[in-house]
Amino acid sequence: MSGPSTYNPKSGIEKWLDQRLPLPRFMHDTMLTFPTPRNLNFWYTFGGILTFCLGVQIITGIVLAMHYVANAGLAFDSVEKIMRDVNYGWLIRYVHANGASMFFLAVYIHMFRGIYYGSYKAPREIIWILGVLIYLLMTATAFFGYVLPWGQMSFWGATVITNLFSAIPVIGPGIATWLWGDFAVGDATLNRFFSLHYLLPFIIAGVVGLHIWALHVPGNNNPLGIDVKSPQDTVPFHPYYTVKDAFFLVLFIIVFAGFVFFEPEFFGSPDNNIPANPLVTPPDIVPEWYLLPFYAMLRSVPDKLLGVLVMGAAIVSLAVLPWTDTSRVRSNRFRPTMKWFFWFFVVACVTLGYCGSQPVDATIAGIPAVWIARLASLYYFAFIYPIMFFVGLFETPKPLPASIAQSVLGDKPAAAE
Amino acid sequence: MAGTTSDAATRRDFIYVASGAMGAVAAGAVAWPLIQQMNPSAAALALATTETDIGAIQPGQQVIIKHRGQPLFVRRRTPEEIKSAQAVDVAALPDGLARNAGKDAALPASDANRTIKAEWLVVSGVCTHLGCTPTVSTPSAPEGEYGGWLCHCHGSAYDTSGRIRKGPAPENLHVPVYSFMSDTRIKVG
Amino acid sequence: MRLALRITLAAGLAVGLVGAVSAQEIDTHARAPKHVEYEFEGPFGKYDRAALQRGYQVYKEVCAACHSLKQIAFRNLMDHGGPEFSEAQARALAAAAKVPAGPNDKGETHNDSGEVLTRSAVLADYFPAPFPNEEAARTANAGALPPDLSLMVKARHHGAAYVYSLLTSYGEKPPAGFAVAKGKYYNPYFAGWNIGMPQPVTNNGVTYSDGTKASIEQQAHDVVTFLAWAAEPKMEQRKQMGFAVLIFLLAFASVLGLAYKKVKGEYALK
Repeated sequence: MSGPSTYNPKSGIEKWLDQRLPLPRFMHDTMLTFPTPRNLNFWYTFGGILTFCLGVQIITGIVLAMHYVANAGLAFDSVEKIMRDVNYGWLIRYVHANGASMFFLAVYIHMFRGIYYGSYKAPREIIWILGVLIYLLMTATAFFGYVLPWGQMSFWGATVITNLFSAIPVIGPGIATWLWGDFAVGDATLNRFFSLHYLLPFIIAGVVGLHIWALHVPGNNNPLGIDVKSPQDTVPFHPYYTVKDAFFLVLFIIVFAGFVFFEPEFFGSPDNNIPANPLVTPPDIVPEWYLLPFYAMLRSVPDKLLGVLVMGAAIVSLAVLPWTDTSRVRSNRFRPTMKWFFWFFVVACVTLGYCGSQPVDATIAGIPAVWIARLASLYYFAFIYPIMFFVGLFETPKPLPASIAQSVLGDKPAAAE
Repeated sequence: MAGTTSDAATRRDFIYVASGAMGAVAAGAVAWPLIQQMNPSAAALALATTETDIGAIQPGQQVIIKHRGQPLFVRRRTPEEIKSAQAVDVAALPDGLARNAGKDAALPASDANRTIKAEWLVVSGVCTHLGCTPTVSTPSAPEGEYGGWLCHCHGSAYDTSGRIRKGPAPENLHVPVYSFMSDTRIKVG
Repeated sequence: MRLALRITLAAGLAVGLVGAVSAQEIDTHARAPKHVEYEFEGPFGKYDRAALQRGYQVYKEVCAACHSLKQIAFRNLMDHGGPEFSEAQARALAAAAKVPAGPNDKGETHNDSGEVLTRSAVLADYFPAPFPNEEAARTANAGALPPDLSLMVKARHHGAAYVYSLLTSYGEKPPAGFAVAKGKYYNPYFAGWNIGMPQPVTNNGVTYSDGTKASIEQQAHDVVTFLAWAAEPKMEQRKQMGFAVLIFLLAFASVLGLAYKKVKGEYALK
């Protein structure tokens, strides 16, 4: 896809470097001239936004670690010192805390976009699987990070999640103790979670490198889901997509800044402003919003081990999408039936999230939330397995355009969506 | 090295396999302390027993003491609570085992098997589902339908013997190893 | 926007509570907080400086008898965006407080009668706690622990309205069938309705030096303002910077939008 390199070293020093470490050539080919489908829409800007989010989290995180104390007796107060006494500490912490939510918001849009346009389908399976892996690592990192302020929600969230491992028969309780380094979540747990919270983002950065590398082999998918056939189908990445991504990135930052400066506690829980107390469980333990759908699945299963397995399966199942989907066309734009199932999948995920935010015994319009969550969980798995499989087999897709160029340049209004 | 015979080849293979095996042993030996360091430290293990006075607890009241960093319920039950705990049909319980660390693991979950003195119920305050602390039920502020505890995290309800009756928790509240040092003092662990 | 959100949330909460009431037993869930408006709410909101100073007085003369405020130091009383006492005022307020002196030159921390050695506070000192430890606090309060107030307004749903409601709702008659527990007080805004705290603010319980009438509502309003600042002392700086950042970003986005339009045209794209 990337074709022969068009890099042409001009100065002597560029030639010298090109023969030893062709980094400028690499940057030139992957970031400037890389041929990119000319029809990528708004939803394709989130890859760049996510890279930005990772950078923001790493930079603000390193700075916070300079002031934070990972000790059960001191952690809560050290966070308050950051908020009150460290120069601009409040700003850095609010950016980091809201940054996590923004990161997940962007990653969910990115994932749904991938599903809608069939970006996981051959030859992009590895890109998709690496993406699922990044998402898993993000979840783990976010969980470790949420423990660090050592408030009530930090402590009890850590207790509930680590207890999930105790569901494993025979060795489960041993694993829980091993994770805690004590007989319960405590100082030892906090210290190791801090260590891992610092480590994982760099592993994420590494996997993101692989994700982008894998992307640059077949090149981008596009809203039409058809392959690039001629140079007319593409434009160089720079300036078109650099400018476009920058524009939407700034719009995204405006939303981000709105939360940081005007509703910084919007995504937080009041309980996390109470120092951790191992003897008192808050009345309603709720994870961060981005984990709520999985939490709702966990609660909807009455059996402990089964609940944990269902929750794990929900994430792992995403990785097999490339093989459960039997459709020959990628994009839902040409899949009249699948389109409905897709939007229903989005609704099911949002519903699960809402159910997860409600108390255990809540009812929604007279129906117990737990039953709604069961129904939504059922649909979640039905979508990934039988629906993907059978709709792909029996659906008649709409006719595909001959090429991206024809669709974009030949028949302008039809292409817009 | 010049005259390669099959004997020499076998010998060379053996050397390679042996090198690989020794490398694996070395890797395992290095991994072991790295894995073990995660387990509770000597300082954590040293806090394994707890002694506490229970003389001031009134019937119908429970106190929460901290044992191994986790809450432990010490509840002085009223005669009605004891009666309702003893009246339960053990065969119909979701978890039929006593879960009493001080007794045989195969004993059924009768109230007698879960207590030393009927008046005193000593159970771990850790919900067997995902580790929250259940809220105690009293006649004036009932929690759950069974008079014992209700865990607000995921709705597990326990009876007055700390047995799971409803909800996702798989096991009865665990009874730790404990003993009465006197009528008003217990030692846990 | 924030106000609208709050009202919706409060209404939702109320509906949820009604749904949870069962016929036989009294539902002792906390009542949804009263609707109150504060100067510090909304994107343009600032703390009312006079209310902050009066609120400090209420905290010091009423709350501080039982509640610590350990994240706040006397120096913070001069903070920009806070009560903004003058340095002389803050020094005087600090000097009036006693803090543990630490070991003297003989290594003693207590005098011969067992009392902690104290000294006058200085600006760098944090507000002294009323009790030396949790056990002492519980013993003095019939087993209840008065929580630290530093983050109280952020540690409860609709914290400002919650604290205000709690402070202004003593003396109501409990509903029939609800027995107030021994040593407790009835307050429907407190979960379980039995609160360990006796009525803290009373009519003219403090005397304001600026002549403001010290009604219960006025004192509650002032002390909630003070506690809101204690929980979020950088709020004014945050909002101020927020406007600068948003204005810059909007300008930046406009320029990028033009650039985007230009490349779109050059490459004849959709």
